[in-house]
Amino acid sequence: MAMSSDRPSEVYFLATCLTDLLYPRAGLAGMELIRRAGVRVIYPKRQSCCGQPAYNSGYRDEALKVARHQLSCFPRNIPVVVPSGSCAGMVSHHWPELFAGKPDEAEAVNMAGRTFELTQFLVDHLDLQLEDLGEPTEIVVHTSCSSRNELGIEERIESLLAQLSNVTVREQARKAECCGFGGTFSIKQPDISGAMVQDKCDALEQTGATRVVSQDCGCLMNIGGALEKQGRTLQPQHIAEFLLERTNVSN
Amino acid sequence: MSATNQSKAFQSRIGEALGNQQAHTNFRSAMNMLMENRLKQFPDQEELLHKRQRADAIRAHALRNLPTLLEKLEQKLVENGIQVHWAENGEEANALIHQLLSQAGARSVVKGKSMVSEEIDLNHYMEERGIKVLESDLGEFILQLAGETPSHIVMPAIHKSKQDIAELIHKHYPEHPYSEDVDTLTQQARQILRDKFCHADAGISGVNFMVAETGTLCLVENEGNGRMSTTVPPIHIAVTGIEKVVESLSDVPPLLELLTKSATGQPITAYFNMITRPRQRGEMDGPQEVHLVLLDNGRSHIRRDEELLDTLRCIRCGSCINHCPVYVQVGGHAYGTVYPGPIGSVLEPMRQGLDKIGALTSACSLCGACGQVCPVQIPLPKLINRLRAEAVTQQVETQGVKGQGSLRKLLEVWTWKGWRLIFGSGLRYRLFKLLATRLRRLTPPKMGGWSRYRTIAKPASRSLDEMAAKAGFDHE
Repeated sequence: MAMSSDRPSEVYFLATCLTDLLYPRAGLAGMELIRRAGVRVIYPKRQSCCGQPAYNSGYRDEALKVARHQLSCFPRNIPVVVPSGSCAGMVSHHWPELFAGKPDEAEAVNMAGRTFELTQFLVDHLDLQLEDLGEPTEIVVHTSCSSRNELGIEERIESLLAQLSNVTVREQARKAECCGFGGTFSIKQPDISGAMVQDKCDALEQTGATRVVSQDCGCLMNIGGALEKQGRTLQPQHIAEFLLERTNVSN
Repeated sequence: MSATNQSKAFQSRIGEALGNQQAHTNFRSAMNMLMENRLKQFPDQEELLHKRQRADAIRAHALRNLPTLLEKLEQKLVENGIQVHWAENGEEANALIHQLLSQAGARSVVKGKSMVSEEIDLNHYMEERGIKVLESDLGEFILQLAGETPSHIVMPAIHKSKQDIAELIHKHYPEHPYSEDVDTLTQQARQILRDKFCHADAGISGVNFMVAETGTLCLVENEGNGRMSTTVPPIHIAVTGIEKVVESLSDVPPLLELLTKSATGQPITAYFNMITRPRQRGEMDGPQEVHLVLLDNGRSHIRRDEELLDTLRCIRCGSCINHCPVYVQVGGHAYGTVYPGPIGSVLEPMRQGLDKIGALTSACSLCGACGQVCPVQIPLPKLINRLRAEAVTQQVETQGVKGQGSLRKLLEVWTWKGWRLIFGSGLRYRLFKLLATRLRRLTPPKMGGWSRYRTIAKPASRSLDEMAAKAGFDHE
């Protein structure tokens, strides 16, 4: 881990449709963190979605068509960095299944092997060193289930935060429990999802932290939307924005 | 039940479950305890992974060689004096067991905890034919008094409070004074059951592992009721699924360790029974007859599919259930099936058909917690995803799960087709983005169930690709 020989000179940024449309500042912060470390960041303009929503709903043909378009946007053999564990997991873990037996299987498997979640990339490939310039603050982390259970990279976000001397990370009860988003699950089973996010908000708020930080915009949209609906003061923020805000001299 | 009706019925059970705050609190504290207890037994995650890989390999090996092992098992059991019966489905299994009980003139039967007996609804079958089957596991005994079904495969009465239990025992056995003290309640149940064991005409049990090499039936339990049910009455009938076989005796300890630690966080249960033969000439105790009823009930069909086959590795520890964030919200009864939670959401649609109970697969956020804790590494999220795909598929194949394509709905089909049109083309997606960002004020303030619990996130005023270009990032 964290070997300098792994450091590429350029990377693709796979924005994810959620970040592109709803949380562009989180995406921009992720790109900025990589650029600041001296790596060229390329944003393929035609990119859209990894196909996950349809894949998880059972519509594999539709998922494949969208994934195929996405695959065509990242042709060169350089790392693909994704500011989301769930979309990174879709590409790195599920594309090989989705493309199995298809003519473009080899390309999909190749891209799966060079796709990394943002915090994973910052730690493992850039060995990112951070200097905290912010005021003392208390935060709580919600690690996305895909980062934890699918990619097994849950400690990357924690190790980045541990470098920030003025940041205290509070631990929530049942930190490994899902926030209840689950993509189309939250639409198909809104009441179960609603009960889950309620419990998650309670656990997060009980820490006394002022901000909840996560590596996935899906979780943040779910948790943030519920916090706002309930008029709670806890603020959601993507890890990239938080790291940039704490370490940017110009801020 | 039609596909629409099953979904409606499932939603109504979910609604009822979510409305019961007390039950949620009970489930939450029970599951917290079970998860903590399990974790204490596995302090070293690397070692745990190694153990899970080993257990997975043992079970996978047994399933690959299932026909051979079952033959060997039957041969050994017969040598040992245990009579073997094969049942294609629940009806056949019940008829077989009923015949055995009738031949012996049995009227009163005690039964140890067995999920397979729930699967075939044994109690009702026998009761309808005048044979009373008494549940002797404390949890199952309580549920029998309440006229309910288990809400968990290991802790069947986990949804009951001690007040509920106190009332039930006092109502059915008024000679015992009302008490909410757990030890007193346990003693009362013990006294009631002890008498039944002594007078039962037959005992029925499940099986945890069957050893082909030696013809041994292994039974894991904590209360001693399993031992009583299988040794005191003159006849013991064991009933289990064909997948429970393992090749050799040395396969048992690694599985047993993971079973008890994963299930309840116990290094070993209070009782572990190894049943090899009926009472021999000159022996003072033990049943004169031992029977084993081996149930298929769709297992052979599942085994033929190389992906679904993984489900049969299950050793019924319930760990996936204990760690499921959906189960903890809705409890076991909401599933409306014998097996609830993640394993139930995979097993039941395979067993009953997607047209009957495929809706269960929707009650999963695919968080993956179940797959992480499964002691035999069943890829539960992957299987749920596969079943979702089969439920909406257009290409119905004979090989797959029953009820393929039964949950395919036109509105959904067209939604995904529309989604594919937009997201499958760079040009159309960019146009969509332009509209969504420029017309963000027109974002609907409500979106079905989503906005019941959350505010709506509006598109940003500029998408990331516009912002990235402005910030001097390269496009390609």
